[in-house]
Amino acid sequence: MQHVAIADQPDHLHDPQTFITKYVYSQDHKVIAIQYGVTAIFVGLVALCLSAVMRLQLGFPNTFDFIDPSNYLQFVTMHGMIMVIYLLTALLLGGFGNYLIPLMVGARDMVFPFMNMLSYWAYLLSVIVLLASFFVPGGPTGAGWTLYPPQAILPGTPGYDWGIILMLSSLAIFIIAFTMGGLNYVTTVLQARTHGMTLMRMPLTIWGIFTATVLGLLAFPALLVSAIMMMLDKTLGTSFFMPALVSMGESLDYSGGSPVLFQHLFWFFGHPEVYIVALPAFGMVSDVLATHARKNIFGYRMMVWAIVGIGGLSFFVWAHHMYVSGMDPAFGFFFATTTLIIAVPTAIKVYNWVLTLYRGNIHLTVPMLFAIGFIFTFTHGGLTGLFLGNVVIDLPLSDTYFVVAHFHMVMGVSPIMVLFAALYHWYPLITGKMFNQRLGKIHFWFTFLGTYAIYLPMHYLGFLGVPRRYFAMGSTDFIPESAQSLNASITISALIVGLSQLLFLYNMVSSLRNGKPAGLNPWGATSLEWQTPHAPPRHGNWGPVVPTVYRWAYDYSVPGAELDFIPQNHPVSAAEQTAGDHGEGKS
Amino acid sequence: MNILKVLLDKSWQHPTAAATAAQYSGPDAQAAARVMLRFILAIVGVIFFLFIITFLSRSQYPDFEALAGPPWQPFTNASRLWFNTGLLACASVAIQWGLSGTRAGKLNVTVAGISAAVFFTVLFLIAQFDLWLHLQSMGFYMNGNPANSYFYLLTAIHGLHLMGGLLVLCNVVFRVWYDNDLKTLAAPLQLCTTYWHFLLGVWLVLFALLTSRPDTINALAALCGF
Repeated sequence: MQHVAIADQPDHLHDPQTFITKYVYSQDHKVIAIQYGVTAIFVGLVALCLSAVMRLQLGFPNTFDFIDPSNYLQFVTMHGMIMVIYLLTALLLGGFGNYLIPLMVGARDMVFPFMNMLSYWAYLLSVIVLLASFFVPGGPTGAGWTLYPPQAILPGTPGYDWGIILMLSSLAIFIIAFTMGGLNYVTTVLQARTHGMTLMRMPLTIWGIFTATVLGLLAFPALLVSAIMMMLDKTLGTSFFMPALVSMGESLDYSGGSPVLFQHLFWFFGHPEVYIVALPAFGMVSDVLATHARKNIFGYRMMVWAIVGIGGLSFFVWAHHMYVSGMDPAFGFFFATTTLIIAVPTAIKVYNWVLTLYRGNIHLTVPMLFAIGFIFTFTHGGLTGLFLGNVVIDLPLSDTYFVVAHFHMVMGVSPIMVLFAALYHWYPLITGKMFNQRLGKIHFWFTFLGTYAIYLPMHYLGFLGVPRRYFAMGSTDFIPESAQSLNASITISALIVGLSQLLFLYNMVSSLRNGKPAGLNPWGATSLEWQTPHAPPRHGNWGPVVPTVYRWAYDYSVPGAELDFIPQNHPVSAAEQTAGDHGEGKS
Repeated sequence: MNILKVLLDKSWQHPTAAATAAQYSGPDAQAAARVMLRFILAIVGVIFFLFIITFLSRSQYPDFEALAGPPWQPFTNASRLWFNTGLLACASVAIQWGLSGTRAGKLNVTVAGISAAVFFTVLFLIAQFDLWLHLQSMGFYMNGNPANSYFYLLTAIHGLHLMGGLLVLCNVVFRVWYDNDLKTLAAPLQLCTTYWHFLLGVWLVLFALLTSRPDTINALAALCGF
């Protein structure tokens, strides 16, 4: 049998020595993960700054000369697209997927390291192309992150020329990058698990990342197809999506295209995208909760089924984003039903997280605080999703701040809470240093409370009918003046929360230099990534011998065990063996 | 692997005894490559599926004029497309022949088969491009009608996938040439062969769709609910 030559031979175990081989031409999954992570966080900070500028305009209209209606829309668009695709997707899958998959399944690296490296460089190119649109004539596109035609490519929309072309190109490059990475993730999970690591022994993090990657591989083609067709409509004058229309008093050459067709394609990608972001977060938060509550995850099998079930169902709910597009009421009924069905496995997960905490030995560490914060924000965002999933409630709330509040709570703040939990949780592994706990806790409280200060009032703005994506409200009869006070309050909260992220950045950077050595397994975790011979793990991860797995990933506080955790690679004791022989499986 | 059985496993109940800790020497490269190819085929399949669905949806708008049916439409007589299809079929047969040679350890057959596959594939791409020029000379421009647009788009996307396949095939051949070991060629060549057959299948579907008469297209669209 031929084997993949990934550091399995002793002569491959040496770390790359030169700067080029270590950081540029690196095929080590850990380096690639950090490259993904740093790039994603950088571009995420750009998007955060854009949101601050947007909030300044909304909170204090007619105050800042440098914000006009055009660039306001451009900021909205770039903020949304960067956050969803280039930060969340890239950091959760490119960053954490790359770092954790080989370590958690006991592999030395991804099965196709060269392609993995190409994936990062293509991702970086997509980011550069995207950011380049800030510097081209007309600036970036202001079509909204959904890029709906016909307005996205017509005069009157900012960035309708260069901006939209660069956006579509960047998305196409990103999809190629994601595909190269994603093929690696799924193949590594399916083929490179170490001995004893059965699928049902994998930590939920890996289940989440794996299922999300499968979703991404099958859903991103829809975005690619729509991007290609819109690009042709823009550049070659085809009429896939563009109807016959008059623009600026001039009849255009387009004829008969269907803008709604684009919407279907976009949301066939767009809704699974929500779960591409959410499922890895679900997985990671499960592991953080179990580890810091010193308790096995409640209902592991049900958690796996829920992840797989949510992944499957996510392909059948897309049109709930299109209730106002004039669809057949029967379609609306169908998609409302599937949307509500998907709430069942999601609710199971929330109950199981809470039941994992129940009677656990809860350690309120920084990662745990963020993980518990996630349960709050996700439940909150999920419940407003039940409102919007129903056609009759969605229609009046559509395109209001209620929607903005909902999706920020459920797929903005919640995955970000998990990202922070994960970054703090795995920071000691990635760097070998411990971060400053006090700073981390301050960062948590600013972020968590600030989140509510920002998004809770937005629900009320939505009920009032305040529309989203508006540069200014002007004098509108149905919006009371107090709405403006609320907007100012939201802006101040947002700026405070934004600035508090500097605490996080400072903590991460300064702890690199000044942090105490973390040791090999500071949280007392059971999963394999914490059982490496070195922290941070070296090239090839495991030294001369890859680990063998004997048990599932959640043996915490096992009665009779010496410690309150038993690592997955810890051999079975005689007592366990006897208990197993007598059919007394652990509960 | 029975996925249902896997998902029903109560993994918390059965820590494995140390005696079963067999030697593990890393993942199987061939199995990994096979899994990756399956995913690639699924992704490519989804891409073409989505294009075809949009084609059927778009075909129900009044400005859509199918490229076959009335005598003045170019694919009412699809002989050129039949010829091109024959070229791609020859490429598929040739690569299969090359694979059988590799398995039998016959270097000559392997070289002849792969060379013929590359030759027919390149010829197919040239013939497709020539067909583009022919259509343009007849006035069927890309932006003239959505049916034209789809023809150029689908053939271009299909051609790009073939070019990608050629790059991989060349890489495989050069690697084997460098290693000078025919045995290591069989597994990657098998994957290339599968990919070629798959793209032939995709092309046959596209061929059928693009040369369908309006009635057939309408019936298909109706089946899809458009």
